Amino acid sequence: MADVTMRIWRGDATGGDFENYTVAQQEGEVVLDVIHRIQATDAPDLACRWNCKAGKCGSCAAEINGKPRLMCMTRMDQLPEGPVTVTPMKTFPIIRDLVTDVSFNFAMAEKVPALLPPPMPADGYRMFQEDVERGQEFRKCIECFMCQDVCHVIRDHEENKQHYAGPRFFIRYAELEMHPLDTNDRRDLIREEMGLGYCNITKCCTEVCPEHIKITDNAIIPLKERVVDAQYDPIAWLGRKIRRKTKRTASEAAVQPAP
Amino acid sequence: MEINSPYEHHDYDVLVIGAGGAGLRAVIEAKQQGLKVGLITKSLLGKAHTVMAEGGMAAAMGNVYPEDNWMVHFRDTMRGGKMLNNYRMAELHAKEAPERVMELEQWGALFDRTKDGKILQRDFGGHRYARLAHVGDRTGLELIRTLQQKVVSMGTDVFMECKVLRLVHDDSGKVAGCVAYWRATGEFVTFSAKAVILATGGVGKSWKFTSNSWEGTGDGHAMALWAGAELIDMECIQFHPTGMVWPLSVRGILVTEGVRGDGGILKNSDGERFMFNYVADMFRAETAESPEEADRWYDDHTAGRRPPELLPRDEVARAINSEVKAGRGSPHGGVFLDIASRRTPEFIRRRLPSMYHQFMELAGVDITREMMEIGPTCHYIMGGVKVDAETAATAVAGLFAAGEVAGGMHGANRLGGNSLSDLIVFGRRAGMGAVEYVQGGQGATGFNLEEVDAAVKEALAPFERESGENPYDIQRDLQEMMQANVGIIRTASEIDEAIEKLEEFTDRVKNIKVKGGRAYNPGWNLATDLPSMLTVSKCTARGAQQRKESRGGHTREDFPKADPNFGKINFAHSMPSGGGWTSEIKTLESPLLEIPEELNALLEEGK
Amino acid sequence: MTAVGSSTKVVLGGTRGGPDVATLRQDRWWVQPVVTVSILTAFVIYSTWAAFQNKNYYVGAAFNRDLISPFYSPCIASSCTSGAGSGFLIHTPQWFSPALLILIFPLGFRLTCYYYRRSYYRAFWWSPPACAVSDAHASYSGETKFPLIMQNVHRYFFYFGLVFNALLTYDAIRAFHQPGLGWGVTVGTVVLVVNATLLWLYSLSCHACRHLCGGQVRSFAKHPIRHKFWKFVTPLNAKHMNFAWASLVFVALTDVYVRLVASGALTDYKLF
Repeated sequence: MADVTMRIWRGDATGGDFENYTVAQQEGEVVLDVIHRIQATDAPDLACRWNCKAGKCGSCAAEINGKPRLMCMTRMDQLPEGPVTVTPMKTFPIIRDLVTDVSFNFAMAEKVPALLPPPMPADGYRMFQEDVERGQEFRKCIECFMCQDVCHVIRDHEENKQHYAGPRFFIRYAELEMHPLDTNDRRDLIREEMGLGYCNITKCCTEVCPEHIKITDNAIIPLKERVVDAQYDPIAWLGRKIRRKTKRTASEAAVQPAP
Repeated sequence: MEINSPYEHHDYDVLVIGAGGAGLRAVIEAKQQGLKVGLITKSLLGKAHTVMAEGGMAAAMGNVYPEDNWMVHFRDTMRGGKMLNNYRMAELHAKEAPERVMELEQWGALFDRTKDGKILQRDFGGHRYARLAHVGDRTGLELIRTLQQKVVSMGTDVFMECKVLRLVHDDSGKVAGCVAYWRATGEFVTFSAKAVILATGGVGKSWKFTSNSWEGTGDGHAMALWAGAELIDMECIQFHPTGMVWPLSVRGILVTEGVRGDGGILKNSDGERFMFNYVADMFRAETAESPEEADRWYDDHTAGRRPPELLPRDEVARAINSEVKAGRGSPHGGVFLDIASRRTPEFIRRRLPSMYHQFMELAGVDITREMMEIGPTCHYIMGGVKVDAETAATAVAGLFAAGEVAGGMHGANRLGGNSLSDLIVFGRRAGMGAVEYVQGGQGATGFNLEEVDAAVKEALAPFERESGENPYDIQRDLQEMMQANVGIIRTASEIDEAIEKLEEFTDRVKNIKVKGGRAYNPGWNLATDLPSMLTVSKCTARGAQQRKESRGGHTREDFPKADPNFGKINFAHSMPSGGGWTSEIKTLESPLLEIPEELNALLEEGK
Repeated sequence: MTAVGSSTKVVLGGTRGGPDVATLRQDRWWVQPVVTVSILTAFVIYSTWAAFQNKNYYVGAAFNRDLISPFYSPCIASSCTSGAGSGFLIHTPQWFSPALLILIFPLGFRLTCYYYRRSYYRAFWWSPPACAVSDAHASYSGETKFPLIMQNVHRYFFYFGLVFNALLTYDAIRAFHQPGLGWGVTVGTVVLVVNATLLWLYSLSCHACRHLCGGQVRSFAKHPIRHKFWKFVTPLNAKHMNFAWASLVFVALTDVYVRLVASGALTDYKLF
């Protein structure tokens, strides 16, 4: 097979540039294989994050020819002819080469008010397949954070990171809001502090999701509709008044302890 | 306690090293008791090898077959482990797994359901009844995400991409913490703690074809040995029968046993369903004699006996190996795994979604229409740190171990699905053990900074050499050597050669030269992993040399039968404390625990 | 270094890696926005022109037909062509086009539609023009402020949309009866039926509809009927984009057809 040129961005917070590596291709290889070969030979200090190499852990996200992809699931023979550009995820601060500091996501994870189910019966909870299936789709998430990376709300507007949880956490909130046992109401929190309104549903998160989760259609839009229920729907508002259902405030919902 | 560490320093009651299933479960337990807990992981949180577990976690809840109970599970586990298990661990595991699995749903896990809303359970190799709680074929991910979210919601301090180099003692020899470095910056950091829990996983990266990631370098095994603990059963390595074999670049990636549990069968190049030719005497009574009988079993376990594809993993892996050796293998050196001709495409896509995508995207194979090519891949080490079943305490005061790094639970061979349940049962017990130890006021009282200095000096040495070897070359050679000499089938001459070569590798590691700086330098990271990889490989080779029989995950060509005398002992490895990682390893016979009469009766049943 | 604890803060302003360019994509990412802009612009131009025509929107008894353009139905202005009116009239000057009274509803439905939002935010507002291509604006507040916060009213337009669908369905049924000739099917009948069907599919596949049908409940097991509704609209919802474009193009084609027949340029062929 023909040789291929890899244009890999190398550098750190002080700056960097592309470096070209020419390597021989082998049958069936993915981008991560080629990166590993470069590490083992020309550049042992080429930084790249990876773990399972089977599309299950979501560690090796990078931008290949400008698009967020998992390096372990991108086959070389399916890329167009010519040099292959590999750059780190753009939205997160650089650590080195292809490795970025994704701690933004862990900070957002901490803010999620936990599941609040009723006490567990001795023989376990009863839930039904049709109910768990909705949440299971979101729990397929491997936390590669490519949806966060591609989302222009924070990719192009750094300041929004202060008040925007991002698609990965919207599916987490959707999962909890659709959980058949949960008793927490996070809708005000999602609107006020997690910045659901910043999402303009341009669907890039769904486009890049390696687990093919329908992030926009099945999580973000249903959340937006739930926020409408809670905030912008006079009929629902009236219904709540009549049934005297109290709403928990955002901060109350946030600090609810989990069992 | 006043500690003048020259580096960034943190102090905890309990320090957990490793953030896979066992480590996370230990954190939850210790946090719930109100202790100050720190969690260190070599990768990011949520990326541990636990996510690679696909099929499910075994727990005798009896949701599908009410006949199932802990006694049957105990018996299956011991028989699967060829009776080399720590019986007490197998007993506790079988008894406690159901509760541990159910409590996960309190924290947000969403398992597949039965019609009446209970947790659905699936069939797996070696388990008499459908027993594996699962979520499609991504159960490990569900487990780690559930525990991770629980740990995060409890406000735990997590130190990510932080590689631990050595455990540190106090003056009395108790474990008192560890020294580590941040991968992002290469800066060192020290942690002091009253108790340390090791939950570092396995060692598979020392083999060429493995399902393990770069992390599986046996750090915990090695650090425990260096710190004075004992390792047992290190020769017992599980080669998962079904790993991908083609394309070469994905060789070793796991194909879940769930494929077989859901009806998949193994065929050779003649199209023969060959597993019927490989049923060992031990399993003959419970295994089907004909394909017709086997096929009836899937729908109703009383209508026939188990298909031979669902024998324990060691049996299946050896059978595949024999077929390939006899020239009946697939074009790329494996055999065929066929579910396409047995189940509908909808069924396959619903039950095995990630297998479908894995083959589609990596190999261009549509498993709903074509057969998969598979072969054995290094997957799991049954051996590990010798621990007390109740508390997970090791021989060294203040050091606990749980999960794959601990030995004994699985004996000579682990049943599929027993790993995830092992993590939550003994992760919790390690947490409890550490809490009890700390609350009993037995915690370490000092922090030996000389050990820190020695570890730091050793870690930095590869930068200071004028010239030397590329760590990647050593790793590649080590993997090839271990695959060839201490692989699935072993023989005396090859093992002897391996032991010699491992000494040569030791010299080569002492002569590594690392290029570049300390910040996120994978070459350097590998250089600091190699001492662990070599240490555990040595234990494996020594155990393999001395166990002159075939049992579970240890097969000797020159001793093809199990020997009852070896069935009564483990081989325990130890090292003199304070001598550095190249000190000589001592390997001694260590008798198994005596099984009480009432449990023995369970094992005799239906033999 | 990545450490999280009970009080992890988001730190802004870290240095990013990679070259500072709008995109590194080499594929033809601009094709989609160009297509969107072309079709939507063409539709807006045509519908504006058609809405101000104030003629040729109704094919009446003179042609032995009863066909009304969807742009003008329901015709509730007093300026409506005779025969096209629906009874309760709003007084308007004769020059006033009746389309202007009603178009706000279907327009509002489409303008606030989740699918169209995606398309015009990308194609017209370049926010972003395509995935992993830089946003064209320096600051961004999404749908958190006026006017875009009004996108949250989508479900009310959905309700109005249902009323319109019912009326257009009524128009389609009326088109089966040709004044002076009796019952039958003409090309015009088929056009109105297809138009109404596509509009129904567009409405039923709407995200707000999916939510209101059953998506909003926590437990389907406790609401089996709503689960059935939800299961019915969910596969439709997956095709919302297709229905959005098909119904948009077809509603314009329907107007074109009625207009051509009403102006005498075309004869509405009777099929049977």
